[in-house]
Amino acid sequence: MLDIQDLSIRFTRYTFGLKKKETCVVQGLDLSIAPGQVMAVIGQSGAGKSLLAHALLGILPRNARVEGRILFKGKPLTPERLSALRGREIALIPQSITALNPLLRVGVQVARAARLSGISKKDTPTTVNRAFSRYLLQKEVATWFPFQLSGGMARRVLTATATVGMADLILADEPTSGLDPTTAREALGHLRELADTGKAVLLITHDIETALQVADMVTVFCAGTTVEVAGAEDFKGFGQLRHPYTRALWNALPANSFVGTMKPVERTSNTIGCPFQSICNKQDATCGLSSPPLKHSGNGRVRCHHA
Amino acid sequence: MITRFLVVKTCRLILLIAAVATLSFVLVNSSPVNPVDAYVGAAMLRISPDQREVIAKRWGLDRPPVERFGRWAGQMATGNLGVSTIFNEPVLSVIGKRFVTSFWLMALAWSLSGALGFGLGLIAGAREDTLLDRGIRLYAYTMASTPTFWVGMILLMIFSVSLGWTPVCCAWPPGLSAEQATQWQRLHHLLLPALTLSLVGIAQITLHTREKTIQALRSDYAIFARAQGESTVGIVFRRALRNVALPAVTLQFASLGELFGGAVLAEQVFAYPGLGRTTVEAGIRGDIPLLLGIVLFSTIFVFTGNFMADFIYHLVDPRLRKATGAIS
Amino acid sequence: MTINPLALDRRTRTMMVILGCLILFSAIFLGAWLYGEQGQVTNLALRKLPPGWNQPFGTDWLGRDMFARTIKGLRISLEIGLAAATCSAIIALLLGLAAATMGRIVDVSVTWLCDVGMATPHLVLLILISFACGGGAKGVIIAVAASHWPALTRVIRAEVMQLRTSDYIKLSHRLGKSPAWIARHHFLPHVVPQFLVGLLLLFPHAILHAAGLTFLGFGMSPHTPEIGTLLAESMRYLTTGMWWLAVAPGLALVLSAMTFDVLGNNVRALLDPKTLRE
Repeated sequence: MLDIQDLSIRFTRYTFGLKKKETCVVQGLDLSIAPGQVMAVIGQSGAGKSLLAHALLGILPRNARVEGRILFKGKPLTPERLSALRGREIALIPQSITALNPLLRVGVQVARAARLSGISKKDTPTTVNRAFSRYLLQKEVATWFPFQLSGGMARRVLTATATVGMADLILADEPTSGLDPTTAREALGHLRELADTGKAVLLITHDIETALQVADMVTVFCAGTTVEVAGAEDFKGFGQLRHPYTRALWNALPANSFVGTMKPVERTSNTIGCPFQSICNKQDATCGLSSPPLKHSGNGRVRCHHA
Repeated sequence: MITRFLVVKTCRLILLIAAVATLSFVLVNSSPVNPVDAYVGAAMLRISPDQREVIAKRWGLDRPPVERFGRWAGQMATGNLGVSTIFNEPVLSVIGKRFVTSFWLMALAWSLSGALGFGLGLIAGAREDTLLDRGIRLYAYTMASTPTFWVGMILLMIFSVSLGWTPVCCAWPPGLSAEQATQWQRLHHLLLPALTLSLVGIAQITLHTREKTIQALRSDYAIFARAQGESTVGIVFRRALRNVALPAVTLQFASLGELFGGAVLAEQVFAYPGLGRTTVEAGIRGDIPLLLGIVLFSTIFVFTGNFMADFIYHLVDPRLRKATGAIS
Repeated sequence: MTINPLALDRRTRTMMVILGCLILFSAIFLGAWLYGEQGQVTNLALRKLPPGWNQPFGTDWLGRDMFARTIKGLRISLEIGLAAATCSAIIALLLGLAAATMGRIVDVSVTWLCDVGMATPHLVLLILISFACGGGAKGVIIAVAASHWPALTRVIRAEVMQLRTSDYIKLSHRLGKSPAWIARHHFLPHVVPQFLVGLLLLFPHAILHAAGLTFLGFGMSPHTPEIGTLLAESMRYLTTGMWWLAVAPGLALVLSAMTFDVLGNNVRALLDPKTLRE
C-alpha cells in the first residue's frame, strides 16, 4: 500500500545571530508496507521517526524540504493528492494528549475528525458512539475535556479519532510512550486489530520489545536512514539479523541480558563510507569507500556492501 | 459557588476603593497647588487674605489632614462626595451628567475596536506573512505609536475643517441645550471622537489576537487537525477560536482604563463635554472634591471591566474551573 | 559588482535595519543638540509660513522655525518616555514572575498591587500624580513610570499560570527544583517573548502618555517645546488651516515610536529566532 523510496527531510533554521543552517534529519529512507501488515519503524528517540509520519501527511513546518518518491496505493503521493487523502485514507494517531484542544470537549473533537474523514453529518453521532464503545470508553467521556482523561483513556481517544473514519493507512506515532505495560499491550492490540481488518499500520516507536509483539515487519532506523528491514520472526534468534546496529539493539534487550552498549553513530555530511565500520565484524576496505546501498538479503533488506 | 466568587469580588472592591481613596487623598494633599488659590485664580489680587481664610474654613482646609480625611471618608461612605468648586454642584451630579455623555462615545468605540480588532487579528494570524498580514500589521503598529489626540486633530482637520462633513466641536450644535438636540445631531457629533478612539484602540487587540492566532496555528492540536484534513480556515474557526477569543475578550475588558484615557484626550480635542474633559478641568483648576470624586468613580468603572475579564476566564477555561473550584 | 539589497540574507538585513534605527536616534539627539536652540528664535517677519525650502516644517505664529522646535521637543519627549517605560517594564517582569511562582501570599499581594495600580484609568492616575507633584518634567516621569507596570504584570502572570498547569512544570517540582529555579529555567524562556512584546508596546505608550499629559497642560511650562505642548498650542490654529503646526510634530512622534517598534522587533528576531519561521 505504501512504498517510500529514498526519502530525505531537511530543515532550515536560524541560529543565534540569525545564521542560516540546514540540517538533514532523514536521508535515504526506504520503506514498504502491504495491507494487513504492521510495519514497525524502530530507532532511537529523536526527531527523525516522528517526522516521517508528518512527512507522509504533508504537514511538516514550512522550513522543511522533502525529497524522494512516495507511492500510495501504487500512485505517487503529490501534495495535491495528500490534501485530499489526509484524514480520509491516511490517518494519524498522535503521540500525546496535547494533540487535543484543551478547551474543547473530547467528543466534539472526535466528531470533527469523523466529519473530515467523509462521514455525513447525519451519521456522525452514531459513528462516534461506535468508536467510543469499540475502545471501551463510556459515553459520558465524550463530554469530558482532555485534561480529565487518564493516560490510557487518552490513548484510546486518540486511537478512536484516527479510526472513526475509513482510513486504510494508519500512522501510529509512539503509541506506547508513557504507558504501563498492560495499557501498552492494549494499545498495541488495537493496532493489531486494525491490521487484521486489512489496513496497513505504520508503527513508529523506540521500544523494540513491545513493537515485536504485534509487528509483522521491522524497519530499523539509525543515523537518519534505514539500515535494515527484517521480518519480526528474524528477531527470535541471533543469527538472522544482518546489520551490526540491529544486532546491538537485540543484544541490549533485557531478555538477552543487556549485552553491550554501542557508541552513538552519527552521520554527518563529511562521512564517507559506512558509518558502522567500527562496530562491524564484516568490515573491510570497501566499507570505507562509499555509503552502502540498501540491498535485498533473504526475505529482508540490509544496508551493507556485503549482503 | 458563584455567590462566593461575587462576595469575594465585592469585598475586593470595597478594599480597593479604600486603598485608592487613601492614596488619592495623600497625593492630593502633597500637591503644592493651594486649592484656595486655584479656586480664586485670577481674582487673587483682589481678594484679601481674610476672605481667603473664610473660603479655606468653609472647605475645612484649616483642619489637620487626618481629620479632613476622616470627614471626607465618612461622607463618602454615605454617598456624599462633596461639592465641586468649579461648578458649584454636588460632585455626584456633575459626574453623573458628564458620564452619560461620555458613555455613548466609549461604548461605540469599544464595540467597534473590539470586533474589528479581533477580526483583523484572526485574518492576519491565519494569513501570516502574506501581503494582507503585513498590511494589517503595519496599520496596527502605526496606530499603536500614534497619540490619540493627534489622530483626533488630523481627523478634525480633514473632515471638519477641509471637507466640512462633521462638526468642529461639542456633543451637540452649540447654542442648543442638551434637551433640544436630536439623536441624529448627537450621533453626528459623536462620529469623529468615536472614530478617533476606535482607530487607535484597534491596534493592541489586533496584534494580541494575531499573536495568539499564530500560536494556536502552531500548536499540537492544530497540527493534528491538519493531519485530519482540516484547512487553515477550518482550524481557525472550528478549533482554535475559543483558544484565541478567550485572551482577546479578557484583554478587551481589561482595557476600559485605556478607553477612558483615550476619551479624556479625544474629548479635549473635540471639546466634547464628557467626563474626560471634566477631569482635565478639575486637575488644572484644582477642584479637589471633583477630582477625587472622578478618581473613585473611574475606579469603579475600571473595576467592572476587570471583574468581567476574570469572570469570563474562569467561566470558559475548563482547567481553571477545576483548579480553583470557585465555579463548578 | 553591484549589491542588490534585496538579495542579502535575513541576518544582514536585520542588522542593517537595527543600525538604521540607531543612526536615526543618534541623528535626533545630535540634531537637537546642534540645532535645537534655533527654535527659540522668534522672527516676526517670517510668521505663519507653510513648509518650504527654508523652513522644512514651516514657522509658527511667532516666526519660530518648527523644524528646530520639533527636533528639540522630540528629544525631550524621547528621554522622558524611555526612562519611564524601562522602569515600568522591569517592575512588571519581577512582579509577574513572583506572583505566579512564589506562593499564594505573594500572588495575592502582587495581584492586589496590580488591582490598585490599574484601578484608575492611566490618564486619570497620571493627572492625579502630576497634580500631586505640581506638574513639571519630574511629575510627568514619575507619573508615567508609576502607572504602566500593572497591565504587563497581569499578562505575564496569566501566561505563567497557564504554564504551571503543564506537565513538565509539575514534573520539575516533583523532582525537587526550587520555585526560583523553575522560574529561571522554565518560565523565563517562555515569558521573555511575551515580555518583549509587552515592552515594545510599552515604549510608545509611555512616550505617548507623556505627550498626552503635556498636551492636556499638566507637564511642562509652555516655554519648553515638548511635543505635547507644541500640539496643544497648534490646536488654536487648526481651524485657520495652519496644518503644518500639528502634522509635523505629531508625525515626528509617530515615526519615532514606530522606529522603536521596528528596532525592538528586529533585535528580538536576532536573539530569539524561534519567533521567526521561514
